[in-house]
Amino acid sequence: MLGADAMVKCLEEEGVEYVFGYPGVAICPFYNSILESDIQTILIRTEQNAAHAASGLARVSGKVGVCAVTSGPGATNLITGIATAFADSIPLVCITGQVNSELIGSDVFQEADITGAVESFVKYSYLIKDVNDIPRVFKEAFHIASTGRKGPVLIDVPIDIQNAVLTKFKYPEEVSMRTYKPTVKGNAAQIKKVVKEIVKSKRPLICAGGGVLLSEAEGELRAFAEKYSIPVVSTMMGIGVMPTKHPMYYGMVGNNGKPYANRAMNESDLLIMVGARVADRAVNQPDLITENKVLVHIDVDPAEIGKNVGPAIPLVGDAKHIFEDIEKEEISCQHEEWIETLNGYRDTMERIRKPNPDYVDPAEFIRLLSEAMEEDAVYVADVGQNQIWSCGYHIVKKGRFLTTGGMGTMGYSIPAAMGAKLADRKKQVIAVCGDGSFQMSMMELATMRQFHVPVKIIVLKNNYLGMVREYQHYTYKDHYSVVDLSGSPDLEKLSAAYDMRFMRQTDMQGVEDTIREFLEKDESILLECLIDPMDLVK
Amino acid sequence: MKKIYSVLVENRSGVLCKVAGLFSRRCFNIDSLAVGETDDAATSCMTIVSSGDQRTIEQIEKQLNKKLDVIKVKTFDESASVSRELMLIKVKYNKNNRRDIMETCEIMKADIVDMSKNMMIIQICDVPEKIKLFISMMQTISIVEVARTGTLALQKCMETDN
Repeated sequence: MLGADAMVKCLEEEGVEYVFGYPGVAICPFYNSILESDIQTILIRTEQNAAHAASGLARVSGKVGVCAVTSGPGATNLITGIATAFADSIPLVCITGQVNSELIGSDVFQEADITGAVESFVKYSYLIKDVNDIPRVFKEAFHIASTGRKGPVLIDVPIDIQNAVLTKFKYPEEVSMRTYKPTVKGNAAQIKKVVKEIVKSKRPLICAGGGVLLSEAEGELRAFAEKYSIPVVSTMMGIGVMPTKHPMYYGMVGNNGKPYANRAMNESDLLIMVGARVADRAVNQPDLITENKVLVHIDVDPAEIGKNVGPAIPLVGDAKHIFEDIEKEEISCQHEEWIETLNGYRDTMERIRKPNPDYVDPAEFIRLLSEAMEEDAVYVADVGQNQIWSCGYHIVKKGRFLTTGGMGTMGYSIPAAMGAKLADRKKQVIAVCGDGSFQMSMMELATMRQFHVPVKIIVLKNNYLGMVREYQHYTYKDHYSVVDLSGSPDLEKLSAAYDMRFMRQTDMQGVEDTIREFLEKDESILLECLIDPMDLVK
Repeated sequence: MKKIYSVLVENRSGVLCKVAGLFSRRCFNIDSLAVGETDDAATSCMTIVSSGDQRTIEQIEKQLNKKLDVIKVKTFDESASVSRELMLIKVKYNKNNRRDIMETCEIMKADIVDMSKNMMIIQICDVPEKIKLFISMMQTISIVEVARTGTLALQKCMETDN
């Protein structure tokens, strides 16, 4: 058996169904061996999107997403995708081909020091120097990617290692790494401390981040919130931890969040942050959230606690385990007054928009769209104004809301939606992007066509890089610089070129019929919505 | 605030780079860094002296612990440690200052380990402050080159040690 065969065998052992990638000479032995396997290969049109697609697949399936690209430019093109997954803690195994091990360091054709380049964006990386290490390295890589705080792991495999003969293939059953033992269960004494604070608190609040979804603790969180009547807000990555219309849910916090969610944060006397980084867009002034309140910070990554905010009662562990443990405690608490206050805020503090009737109102459109979507649909928001409107007006029922909150990588939605659709073909998957972000990954329309991945795409078109334009509007008094997108392609012709159905909505007239038609069939379809170029998210 | 981190790591290629990269990536200071194999050839010990506020110091320890090649991190104050630094210093001398240099060496417990007609190499192993002091003494003469190991430190022996 060759190293390349062993690599494929490892992926089979891990139950991998799809590999997203782009071949080149340095990864050809692997792509040659994979032909003998049932693993399906998806030829993405640019490497960055291989990581995004793997990310979408990982987030919907709960499994590790896999991509495989060649050395040099293939590997470096993948970096933004890896960094995106790292910022959002998405489990990926990224395989890169490398030049012959004897040539490493001599700057030969398509050589790049990829393990060096990605060091600060990966949870771990390997450069395989002995073909017999392949089974152990792959086992460790999948284990590292999918446990503790999840994240991308890179395996760099020189071509001669892929072509070398492996004496014996044995996939290890267990991982033994003395340096890696993530804490999953919360410390009992710390849990007692938290329970005490819950008992004392008059105005408790849970702020849930993406970590809750990563540990698949939505059910536990909901049960916990309901049992002790503790209201919940979320960060952008935490959207979907509760159905949007759940009576105990008060929206997304932060700069671009709901005013009533931020007010709830400010007025709470006990704030339970769970699986959230407390980054600047969610919590603008970290010092304020410890003022006049007790902060409990639950995270599987101890380094997150106290990084951006403190002091806090730290509780290191996996959200699912911790909620289960806290729920075992008998606490009697009622927060009716607090909930009534918050309900009052929610009823009166919604931002009032004044939409221009000559265009599609993105906020109302997204609301109507999400109401019409299937209950368990996957909604993938890109980056820009479209993302903020999506966060603000999309209604999660039982489905998922995917976006890149950490890195904010434009062009994420279409490849991620493809990955999501492949993870579960029964699900309705919709990518919502702007005309800027669409053009960052429109080459993937070919991938969708080639591999029959019926993703639905909505382009909110305003001929501007809207989010930057909005920033320039406020910060530079409408002194617009490099935000004009005129020159963009005719999306109707573009859709035709890819054999894709096309629809256009120019204002709110008949919008419900359009949405119905758009959602009707399980097909690739592109809906262009013309929105007011001067519209603002704030 | 000054802290010493005694970091036990896997003795593999690239680990030094990962640890040093972590410091630069997060804008943590490195005052000094010394690395060497331990009694076990599979592990190395890095002694890193760093400074920063309380939050930074905590973050350094936590971020080090996150690195998968790091086996163990011990953080302690200088006062709780036995610290030493080795320095080799090459100076130019003449017959007028030779005696002075030799006397200084004697007082400071430094050794002259190599010599030519007009140059000598002095070796000193002491706590970091003494090394600094010795450099300032030699600055009045004429320093040609200096090589220092950086601080090596171990936490002082305590009853709780095992």
